[in-house]
Amino acid sequence: MNETKDSPFGGKAATLFDKIWDAHVVSSVDNGPTQLYIDRHFCHEVTSPQAFNGLRARGLKVFRPEQTTMTADHNTPTINQDQPVQDPISRNQLDTFAKNAADFNMPLFFPLGHIKNGVVHIIGPENGFTHPGTTIVCGDSHTSTHGAFGAIAFGIGTSEVEMVLATQCILQSRPKTMRITFNGKLGAGVSAKDLALYMIAQLTTGGATGYFVEYAGEAISNMSMEERMTVCNLSIEMGARGGLIAPDQTTFDYVNGREFAPKGEEWDKKLAYWKTLKTDEGATFDKELVFDAAAIQPMITYGTNPGMGMGITDSIPTLDTIDEAGKITYLKSLEYMGFEAGEKLEGKAIDYVFLGSCTNGRIEDFRVFANYVKGKKKADNVVAWLVPGSWMVEKQIREEGLFDILTEAGFALRQPGCSACLAMNDDKVPAGKYAVSTSNRNFEGRQGPGARTILAGPLVAAAAAITGKITDPRN
Amino acid sequence: MDKFIKLTSTVVPLPIENVDTDQIIPARFLKATDKNGFGDNLFADWRYNKDGSPKADFVLNNSMYAGSSILVAGKNFGSGSSREHAAWAVAGYGFKVVVSSFFADIFRNNALNNGVLPVIVSAEFAAEIFAAVQADAKITLTVDLENQMITNNANGKSESFEINAYKKECLLNGLDDIDYLISKKEMTEAYELARK
Repeated sequence: MNETKDSPFGGKAATLFDKIWDAHVVSSVDNGPTQLYIDRHFCHEVTSPQAFNGLRARGLKVFRPEQTTMTADHNTPTINQDQPVQDPISRNQLDTFAKNAADFNMPLFFPLGHIKNGVVHIIGPENGFTHPGTTIVCGDSHTSTHGAFGAIAFGIGTSEVEMVLATQCILQSRPKTMRITFNGKLGAGVSAKDLALYMIAQLTTGGATGYFVEYAGEAISNMSMEERMTVCNLSIEMGARGGLIAPDQTTFDYVNGREFAPKGEEWDKKLAYWKTLKTDEGATFDKELVFDAAAIQPMITYGTNPGMGMGITDSIPTLDTIDEAGKITYLKSLEYMGFEAGEKLEGKAIDYVFLGSCTNGRIEDFRVFANYVKGKKKADNVVAWLVPGSWMVEKQIREEGLFDILTEAGFALRQPGCSACLAMNDDKVPAGKYAVSTSNRNFEGRQGPGARTILAGPLVAAAAAITGKITDPRN
Repeated sequence: MDKFIKLTSTVVPLPIENVDTDQIIPARFLKATDKNGFGDNLFADWRYNKDGSPKADFVLNNSMYAGSSILVAGKNFGSGSSREHAAWAVAGYGFKVVVSSFFADIFRNNALNNGVLPVIVSAEFAAEIFAAVQADAKITLTVDLENQMITNNANGKSESFEINAYKKECLLNGLDDIDYLISKKEMTEAYELARK
């Protein structure tokens, strides 16, 4: 990691972040935050009910209903979605979500079973709701995903959800800016997820707190939109407010033609604007970091936060490398995981594999997984949950023949939702069991009380599903 | 929202770093549709055994710390998910202040929006609180928002803390952001017209 000094140019050159932020400032509070206009609000069933109740208590309507997209995803089953939800408390939450959509005349409501239903950060882009140059919020920290399109996108709390519903604005302090550049190319078998886990391990889980990050460099430009979404998605795991990537032809090609994308003259007008959205030569960031993409290998985590990651062939750090204040936390973490300091994890037996989530539940992730398992057989000791991010992804899996490949290799497909990423539904990994998971958090109990999560990309997950062990997919 | 002006209280020490919102309130408790009752499940998996009985070694189950309004935690408190349920759980338990050398952004915002004051102190100041409370569980801290000052009454040391001037006014007067934004609606409409 090379830490470079601030740009010597300064002056009027603006960063991509500055350009979008400044275009959305409605007013500024003296000595306080900015009143920021929000173009697109995504909304799900878990972090919104108290916000709608707040509107009722104040006698308010939703200010711009057409700018909110609603989908149920966090607290939904991934089997038998055509039947009533079994858990009465979950059913009540979903019914409340539907009632709120009806009471407040929300036009973009995609409940369980709807063709556009799925994980909020997957259905947003795939339906064309996510546009470059816009501000996007959702009561979910992985809203940073949409930054892949060159948008300012970030997670908010429920009080702020209420503010957006009531006024289409929130109050935000302007974050600092950071640019992280990945020079060179990623090696064979190394994915966007590996790049992100590598970066988070370098920065730690709080290393980008207070910053909005722009990702740049050859390894980023070479990425597809799906890969860029994986990288931006994980920005929050190093504490960043969000992460974004300058839009380019890859971005425009992805957005063009999608149902809620601009059309005709409106498209031409927007496209001309979008092409101006890049950081000016000589613009200054509060912090700049540069990494060599070629140095990255497939990554796994060994601890209980996403910053505790290492190369798949590496050993867990020893206690003497941990600073004094962090030792209690480090030991607690290894005890929870059942690992020893200095241990190698390659070859270690695992119990569960989870492919899915807003991090890695897109079509490309299923292509990578299916391509690896083609002609092989799932290990008998492994329970594998393959959960498409949306019904559109599910449809594509079938259309592209991936479903047959997966079935022949002994895998089954579940129905879309957040599933075992946060285990609000029944998809819980049992206590003490090891799960290689393509999701975003390995916190204690995240995938079920006592569950032990090893974060990885879809290729490492596929290799683990076949061998039943932590396996370097390059071998 | 309740006003916050000045508070003196004993403290609950939690010298763990990177306490994430899944620890503060596990996801399975997020199925409620109101803001009540989260305090009972604050730190649920650290606090209770599987059968619901309290874990003897967890700090919230230690009667020496009962009735405290200040939580002192290791650095990077509140990382992870944006769930405001974490702030509701902290507030619902009865905490008015969380002290740490570092907070995650979203949690800090959520806390402020619920009348819970996040106080950022130096790592040394936090370490001294942990040492003092280990020696004597009944030590107190005083948090004075008006003067932006926190005092460790065990050793008499004080440190000033930062808070956005607007947020300070909100807490001192018990106001929230939504009142402010509603008052700006005409400006919002003018903004919408101007960009068309």
